[in-house]
Amino acid sequence: MRKCIEPPRHQGTKAACRPRDIARAARFKALRAKLLLGVLVSWWLILASAAPAFAVLPSERLADPALEARARTLGQELRCVVCQNQTIDDSSADLAHDLRVLVRERLVAGDSDRQVLAYLTSRYGDYVLLRPPLKPTTWVLWFGPPALLVAGVLALFAAWRRRRRDAAAPPMPLSADERRRLTSLLDEGG
Amino acid sequence: MRRLLFILPLALFVVLAGYFTLGLFRDPSVLPSVLIDKPAPEFALPALGDKPGLATADLAGGVALVNFFASWCVPCRAEHPMLMRLADEDHVALYGIDYKDKPEEAKRLLAQLGDPYRRIGVDHDGRTAIDFGVYGVPETYVLDKAGRIRFRQVGPITQEDYERKILPLLKQLGAS
Amino acid sequence: MIVELGHYSLVLALFMALLQASLPLVGAARGQLALMALANSTAVAQLVLVGFAFAALVHAYVTSDFSVVNVVENSHSLKPLLYKVTGVWGNHEGSMVLWVLILSLYGAAVALFGGNLPPALRARVLAVQGMIGAAFLLFILLTSNPFIREFPAPLDGKGLNPLLQDPGLAFHPPFLYLGYVGFSMAFSFAVAALIEGRVDAAWARWVRPWTLAAWCALTCGIAMGSWWAYYVLGWGGWWAWDPVENASFMPWLAGTALLHSAIVVEKRNALKSWAVLLAIIAFSLSLIGTFLVRSGVLTSVHAFAVDPARGAFILALLVVAIGGSLTLYAIRAPALKTGGLFAPISRGGALVLNNLLLATAAATVFVGTLYPLFLDAVGGGKVSVGAPFYSATFVPLMVPLLVTLVFGPLLAWKRGDLAGALGRLKFAFAAAAAVALATFWLATGGPVGAVFGMALAAWIFAGTALEYADRIRLLRAPPGESWRRARNLPRAAYGMTIAHLGVAILVTGVTASAWQVERVETMRPGDAVDVAGYSFRFAGTQPVAGPNYTAQRGRFVVTRDGAPVTVMQPEKRFYPVQRMPITDAAIHTNGFADLYAVIADTAGDDGAWVVRLYYNPLVPWIWFGAIIMALGGLVSLSDRRLRIGVPVRRTAAAPVAPARA
Repeated sequence: MRKCIEPPRHQGTKAACRPRDIARAARFKALRAKLLLGVLVSWWLILASAAPAFAVLPSERLADPALEARARTLGQELRCVVCQNQTIDDSSADLAHDLRVLVRERLVAGDSDRQVLAYLTSRYGDYVLLRPPLKPTTWVLWFGPPALLVAGVLALFAAWRRRRRDAAAPPMPLSADERRRLTSLLDEGG
Repeated sequence: MRRLLFILPLALFVVLAGYFTLGLFRDPSVLPSVLIDKPAPEFALPALGDKPGLATADLAGGVALVNFFASWCVPCRAEHPMLMRLADEDHVALYGIDYKDKPEEAKRLLAQLGDPYRRIGVDHDGRTAIDFGVYGVPETYVLDKAGRIRFRQVGPITQEDYERKILPLLKQLGAS
Repeated sequence: MIVELGHYSLVLALFMALLQASLPLVGAARGQLALMALANSTAVAQLVLVGFAFAALVHAYVTSDFSVVNVVENSHSLKPLLYKVTGVWGNHEGSMVLWVLILSLYGAAVALFGGNLPPALRARVLAVQGMIGAAFLLFILLTSNPFIREFPAPLDGKGLNPLLQDPGLAFHPPFLYLGYVGFSMAFSFAVAALIEGRVDAAWARWVRPWTLAAWCALTCGIAMGSWWAYYVLGWGGWWAWDPVENASFMPWLAGTALLHSAIVVEKRNALKSWAVLLAIIAFSLSLIGTFLVRSGVLTSVHAFAVDPARGAFILALLVVAIGGSLTLYAIRAPALKTGGLFAPISRGGALVLNNLLLATAAATVFVGTLYPLFLDAVGGGKVSVGAPFYSATFVPLMVPLLVTLVFGPLLAWKRGDLAGALGRLKFAFAAAAAVALATFWLATGGPVGAVFGMALAAWIFAGTALEYADRIRLLRAPPGESWRRARNLPRAAYGMTIAHLGVAILVTGVTASAWQVERVETMRPGDAVDVAGYSFRFAGTQPVAGPNYTAQRGRFVVTRDGAPVTVMQPEKRFYPVQRMPITDAAIHTNGFADLYAVIADTAGDDGAWVVRLYYNPLVPWIWFGAIIMALGGLVSLSDRRLRIGVPVRRTAAAPVAPARA
C-alpha cells in the first residue's frame, strides 16, 4: 500500500492525507527536485579548468609575483615550436628558454596578455598558440563539438517522437487472407 | 531519410580517408613563414671581426639572401660549400647572421670553410632570429629589392632546392 | 636458424589467416559444420604460429643476435635483460608482431572458450578476425619485417631509447594492445552480426565479455602510460593531449560507450544499430590510431620512425576494413528491427545520455587531434591544438556525464522516478556540499573549479555507495537480509559499483593536481627549501654508474617539523650509446600525496644545481582510480551469466539452421 506523502511541516504531523495536502506535498517535492537539478546544472557552468604550474628556471623568474603568474599562464598557452607538442614552460629547448625570457620582457614592458600573444603570432603564426584562435578557419574546430551535441540531442528527440507515434498508432487491420489463417489456427487449437 | 543517416558514417569516413591521403604527402613539422610578402624586421647587429655588421637598411636596394648559421650547427657546415658556390659563381648577394654563437668559433668556421657573406651580423641572444620567426638553423630568407621577404628555406639549401625553388625566384625578382 | 623459422612461421600464419578468413564464411552461409569448425582450428593454429614467431624474435634479442637488423637498431649487449625482452616491442616492427600476436590470442580465445556461441556466428566472427590478421601479417611481411638479416653483422647494436628502458613503459604497450586490439573482437562480432542480419539480446550478452576484457586492459594501459609520463618526464605532468595519447583515449571512450549501450541492447533490446556502429567505431579508432602513430602525418613525441610507404599500406588497410564495415552497416543496419521503448527519464534514457556525451567527447578529441592535419591539407595554414582547447571542450562534456552517473542505476528501466531518485540522493548531495566546504576551508590557493571538482567526486562516491546500500536494503532491513541480498547480487552489479567508485577516486586525483606546490630553485649542498611544510635539505650529488649509463645522484633529506620523513635520490643519467641525458625523478608517496624531486641542471661550479621540488596532493589517486575501474571491469567479467549466455530456446529442428543464406 502506498505511503502517504509527508505533508509540509507547518501543516502538523497528524493532518490526514487530504488530496489538497498530497498535491501540495507533491509540488514541494517537485520543487525540491528542480532545485537540486538546478544546482547540479550550475556546477557544470562553474567548473573551470584547474591549471597546474610547470617548471621554469629560477634565473628566469620575475621579481613581481603577479607578472610571474601571468608569465606562467601565458607559458601554458604557447607552443615550443621546435618540440613535439610541448609548451614553452615544459620544454628544455634553447628556443623555449628564449621565448620564456621574451614573454617576461614584454610583460615587464607593460604589454597586456593579448599583446604578448600577438607579438609572438606575428612572428610564428597561429601555430605557436596552443589554444587555436577563433577564426573562420577554426569554426569547425570550436563549434563542431557543441554542434554535434545539439545534433545528437535533436536526433534522439526525433527518434523518440517517432517511436512514440509508431507505438501509439492503432495496429494495422488484418487482411482477408490473414483473417482466414487466424480462424483456421484458432479452430485447430480448439 | 533514415537511410541517409545510415550512410553518414561511411560518407564521413570517405572524407577522412581523403584527408589522410593528402596528409601522407605533407610534412607536419615544416612551418611556413608568416612574414612572406612582409618587410624584413628592423634590426642592427654588431660585426664579426673585420667585416661590417648587418642592419635592415643594408638589405634594401637589391635582391638579398639572409642566411642564419652557427658554428655548432652540423647541417650549417654541410650547407656551407653550397653557399660558397652561390657567392662565388652565381654572385648572389649573401648576408649572414651568426645565431647564438661564440665569435671565435664562428670566425674559425669561416676560416676553415670560406666566407661567402658580404656582411655578417652577430645575433648573440637570438632576438633578431625570433623577429624573423626562425625556429632552427640553418634558415635562409630571400628578400626582394624593396626589402620584403619573399621566401624562406628551412634547413640546408640542397642543389635541388636551389634549382627548383630559389634560382627561379631570384631570376623573377631581377637579381643580376 | 631460429630467426628463419620465425620468419617462416609468420608466412604460414598468413596462410592460416587467409584460410580462416574465407572458408568459415562459406561454411556459415551454407550451414556446413565442418567448414565452420575450421575457423576454430585455424584460429588456434594462427596463435601457435605467430606465438612461435614472436618467441623467435625475443630469442634474437635475448641472445643479442646482431645479424638481425631489428636487433641492431634497437638493442645493445649491455642492456639489462628485462629491457632486452621489452625492447622487442619498443620499435615499429616488433610492436607489429606483438599486435598480431594479441589479435590471434583473442581469436584463439573465442575458438577455445566461445562454446556458448552459435557455430555460425562464431565462424563469422573468427572469419573477420582472420581477415584483420591476414591484412596485418601481409603488412608485416611486406613492409615491416623484423626478421631481415644483415651481413656482416655489426659488433653491437644502437641501443634502446633510454626513455623506454623503464618498467612502466616496458609493459605499457602489451596492455595497450590487449586493449585496443581487443576491440577487434567487438568489431568482428558487429560485422558478423551484420552479415547474419540479426542483432539481439544474445548478441549483446556474447559481445560483452570480450569488450570488457579489452576495456580493462586498455584502462590499465593508458594509466600506465600516464604514470610513466609522471615519473619520467620530470615536472609531474601526466596527460598532455599529445596525438598519440589521444589515439589510445578515443577507443577507450568509444569502448566505454559500447559497454554501456550493450547493456541497453541486452535488457531492452533497443539501441541495436547504434551499438553495432559503436563496436565498428571503437576498433576503427584503434586502426586510425595505429595509422597516426606509424605514418608520420602528425608530429608527436611518441611517433615511431615514420615511413610514408608504410603509412600508405595502413591507409589502404583502413579503407578496406573501415570502409567495408561501414558499407555493410549502411546496407544491413536499416533492416535491424528496433526494440523496446523506454522513457527519456529512465535507466535506458540515462544510458543513452551517457552514450551521447561519451560519443561527443570522443568526437571532440578526434576533431582536435586531426584538425591540424585537416587544415593543412586544404591549405588553411598551420594551427596547434593543445591542452587549452581540450580543457575548454572536453571537460564541460565530462561534467554532466559524471553528475548523472549516479542517477542511472537508481532509475527503473522503462520509466524512472527522477524525483524519487533525487530524494534518495539527498545524502549524496549533503556529502558533496560538505566536501566542497571542507575543501574551500582547507585548500590554499587553486582555482574555484577545483572545489567543485572535489564536490563532484564526493557526489559520485556517495551516490554510488547509496545506490548499493539501497539495493541491499542496508539499515532498512535486518542485517541478515542485507547480507543475503549482498551475497546474491550478480557480480556485474558489484563490477559496476566498484568501477564507478574508481571513477570517483580518479576525479579526486585529477582535481587535486590543481593544488600542486612547486619550488624551482638553485640549491647548493647544505641549502634547505620548504615545500608545503616539508623541508628538503640538499646534500649534494655523487657520481654513480649503471649497467649502460653514468649518472649524478642527488640526495635530499626530507623532514617535516623536524621529524625525518625520507631520503630522496633523484638522478641525472647519461646514456653514452644514444648520447642522451635523462632525468630520473625521486618520488616518495604515502598514498595520499607525492613528494617529487628532480635535479635538472648544474648551475655553476660550486656543486649548485637547479632543482625542482613538488608536493602533489592526491596524485596517486589518479592511478588508484584507474586500477579500481579496471578491477570493477574484471569483477564484472567474472559474472557467470556472461559465460553461460542467454538460454537458447530448444527447437525440434537441428540447431544449426542459419538465419539467412
